[in-house]
Amino acid sequence: MAQLVWLCPVACMKNTQEFGYDSRIEGDVIHTTVDAAINWFRKNSIWPMPMGLACCAIELMATGASRFDISRFGMEVMRFSPRQSDVMIVAGTVTYKMAMSVKRIYDQMAEPKYVIAMGACASTGGMYRSYAVLQGVDNILPVDVYVAGCPPRPEALLDALMKLQNKVQREPLVATLKKPGPALAKA
Amino acid sequence: MAEVQEITVRDTAARAQTAAQSLPPAEDLQDMQGEKMVLNMGPSHPSTHGVLRIILELDGEIITKAIPDIGYLHRGDEKIAENMTYTQFIPYTDRLDYLAPLANNVAYALAVEKLLGIHDKLPPRCQYIRVICCELARISSHLLGVGCFAMDVGAMTVFLLTFTEREKIYNLAEALSGARFTTSYTRIGGVSRDTPPGWCAAVRKFINEVVVNIDEVETLLTRNKIWVDRTKDVGVISRADAIDFGLSGPNLRGCGVNYDLRKDQPYLCYKDLQFDVPLGEVGDCYDRYLVRMEEMRQSVRLIHQCLDKIPGGFDNAPKEPVNVADGKIVLPPKNKVMSSMEELIHQFMLVTQGVNCPPGEVYFGHENPKGELGFYINSRGGGTPYRMKIRSPSFVNLSILSHLLPGHMMSDTVSILGSFDFVMGECDR
Amino acid sequence: MNATELANNLHEKFGELVSAPAEFRGEISAKVTDSERIVEVCAFAKKELGFDYLVDVSSLDNCGEDPRWTVVYHLYGIGSKQYLRLYVSVTEEKSELPTVTTVWRTADWHEREIYDMMGIRFHGHPDLRRILMWEGYPYFPLRKDFPLAGKPSDLPEVAFSKPAPLEGGPFVTVSGGKDSIEREPRVRTPEN
Repeated sequence: MAQLVWLCPVACMKNTQEFGYDSRIEGDVIHTTVDAAINWFRKNSIWPMPMGLACCAIELMATGASRFDISRFGMEVMRFSPRQSDVMIVAGTVTYKMAMSVKRIYDQMAEPKYVIAMGACASTGGMYRSYAVLQGVDNILPVDVYVAGCPPRPEALLDALMKLQNKVQREPLVATLKKPGPALAKA
Repeated sequence: MAEVQEITVRDTAARAQTAAQSLPPAEDLQDMQGEKMVLNMGPSHPSTHGVLRIILELDGEIITKAIPDIGYLHRGDEKIAENMTYTQFIPYTDRLDYLAPLANNVAYALAVEKLLGIHDKLPPRCQYIRVICCELARISSHLLGVGCFAMDVGAMTVFLLTFTEREKIYNLAEALSGARFTTSYTRIGGVSRDTPPGWCAAVRKFINEVVVNIDEVETLLTRNKIWVDRTKDVGVISRADAIDFGLSGPNLRGCGVNYDLRKDQPYLCYKDLQFDVPLGEVGDCYDRYLVRMEEMRQSVRLIHQCLDKIPGGFDNAPKEPVNVADGKIVLPPKNKVMSSMEELIHQFMLVTQGVNCPPGEVYFGHENPKGELGFYINSRGGGTPYRMKIRSPSFVNLSILSHLLPGHMMSDTVSILGSFDFVMGECDR
Repeated sequence: MNATELANNLHEKFGELVSAPAEFRGEISAKVTDSERIVEVCAFAKKELGFDYLVDVSSLDNCGEDPRWTVVYHLYGIGSKQYLRLYVSVTEEKSELPTVTTVWRTADWHEREIYDMMGIRFHGHPDLRRILMWEGYPYFPLRKDFPLAGKPSDLPEVAFSKPAPLEGGPFVTVSGGKDSIEREPRVRTPEN
C-alpha cells in the first residue's frame, strides 16, 4: 500500500475538535492511503445520469429540488450525457421496448460506473407483471443498489446514494490501476 | 508499453483543394439542395418530459418532417385491468398521469360509479373532498408543467420555485392518504378515509401561499422578453385543427375553443361552484402558458369556495358520511364486520369478487389537468371489467406533433413540447 | 337538440344501416350494421349533426362469439354538448374496416393503437403500423387468447420479450358470471 504524505492547509486546523489526530502533537500533516484520498474525492462528486422513465423520475427531480437537496452530496450535476456521468439512476418502469436503449446508454458510460435501480419497477418489475414490462433492470444491467418504494421517498434515494458512496469508498483503486485494463492487456 | 505512432498531418491547403475539386461546378451550387439530416430526439432526452422519441428530418435548422415514436412506457394497463377487480385497479390509475394522481383516482372512481348508477348520488361531503383533491392536483400538475417548460427553455429558477410549492402539496397528500404522490385515495362509492383533523385548515393556508408563488412566476416569465420571444407565435394551432385532432384541456382552450368538461358535462358539485374558464386567442405556446397560469388561479378560487361550503365543516364534527351507504359497494365499518353476519358477507364478497357491476358500457370523461381523461368501461357483470379503454389526453395531444412541428426551427421543438405538457405514463399507459 | 333526437335523426336518415338508439346510464348508443359504410355515417354525423369531435375509438374482443370484433366510436358535439356512441361489428375472417381519418384526423393514432393491440386493420389508413409495441412484435396483446404474462419473442437489435412470472396466471374473479359461485376467483388462463 502506498503511503502518501499529505500537507493540509493551516487554516482548516483552527478548531481544536478531536478528530483523529491533534495538530499540536503531530503537526499539520495527515497520513492516509491513496485509495482513501482518491475515493473520498470520487464519492463526494458522483455525477448521476438520470434515466428517468416514469413516476420515480418525479421523485428524482424532487430530490434534486430545494427541499431534499441532492447538491449537498455533490450530485446536482444531472448530466443527461452518459459520457460525463458516474452512476445511472434507473428511475421508473423499464419496458421491453426501452430496454435496448437503456443498455446502449449504459454501455456508453465510462468506467467506473454504477447503477442504482430506483423503485419497485426498476428493481423487479413492480406491480406491472405484464407482457410489456422487463421484470427488473438487473436482467440487462449489473445493479449496485436497489431502492424499494413506489415511488421511494427522496430520503430513501439519498440513503441509497449514501450506500453507493460507501461502496465507492471501499473500492481498491490503486490495485486495479496497477493491473493493465483489458484494452492494454492484449498488447 | 509505449508505442510511437506515426501521425501524418496533411497540408490544409492541399486538403481544401481536393475538397473543392469534388464539388460540382459553381453554377450548379444554387440548385443543389442541402442534404437533409435525420436527427433522433431519443427516448432519453432532458426535454422530452419522459420517454418520447421524435425522429426529426432537418434541413439546416428547419424541421421538414417529424415522426413521434411512443410506446416506450407501455406497461399493459388495459390488459391488467381485465384481470383485476375495480378496486384493485385504483393504484394503476395513479400512475397514469403521475403528476396529478388525485385527479386520476377521482376520474376512475366516477367512471365506475357511473356504471353502477351512483355517480350523482354521492354524499355531498365526499363530492367536496373530491373537488378539492382534483383542484389541488390541477395546481400541482400545472406548477410542474410550467416549471419544466421554463427549465427546458432555460429559466431554471422557475423550476425550483414551483417545486417548493409542490412539496407543500405533497405534504397535504401525505397527510390525506399516506403517500406523497401515487395516493390511491378514492374508492368506488367514496373515498378511503375522511380528511384528517387540521387538513382543511392546512389547505387554506397553502392556497394563500401558492398565489404568492404564482405571482412570482408570472413576474419572472410573463413579460420577460426572452420568454415571449421564444414562445409567442411558436406552435400555432388553429381552432379547426385543434378540434379535428381531438386536443383537450389547456391545449384546446389555448386555441380559443370553450370546452371544459367541468362546465359542459358537470359532475360532482361543480354546478354549485363559480369559476371562469380561461381561453387563449392565437393558440401558440404563450397562450397555452397563460391559460395554465390562469387556471391555477381559478383552481385556488374553487378551493376557497369548497372550503367555505364543505358539509360538516373543516373537521366534520357532525360526522357527515363520506361513502355511499351501500354495503354491496363500500366496505362496511370494521366493528360491524366483526360482529354482524350481513356485513361480514358483504366484506367477503367485496374483497374476493369486487363490486358487482351490472352489464353495460359507459364512457366517462373527466377534466384532468392535461385534458380529457376518459374511461370506457365495458362490463359483462361481475367484479372485473370485460374491457377498459383509457382515453388519455396526452396520447391524443401528441398526435398533432407530426402536423405541427414541420416549419419550425429545431429549438422551437423544446418550447412546443414544453407547452403541450404531456406525460408519457398516460400516453402509453 | 339532445342526443336522443340526434341519434333518431341518424336512424331516420340511414334507415336499416343504423339501429334505433339505445340508452344506458344517460348515454345513447347506436349500432351500425355494415362496417364498410361507417365512413358515410360518420361524415353525416360530423357535417349535419355537428359531432365535430371524435373522443375515442376503442375495440372489443368478443372472444368465442361471432363476429369477434366490435369497434366503438365515441362522438361529441362541442356546440351541442352531446355524446353519441356508434359501434360496428367485424368478423374475424375479415378483420378489416375502412378508416375514418378522412372525417376526423385524430382517428389516425387511435386506429393505429387498435391495429397494434387487437390486429384489426383499417384500409385507407395513411400509415398503419404499430404504435405502442415495437415494429416486428409478433402478437396482438389485447386479444383475449393472449396471456397477461406475455409470450417470448426476440427481434435482435430491437427488442426482446419474456413471459412475466405470474406463476400460472392471474388469480381473480371472472367477469360475466351469473351468480357468486360462478364468479369465485380462480386462476384465469386465456382459455376461460
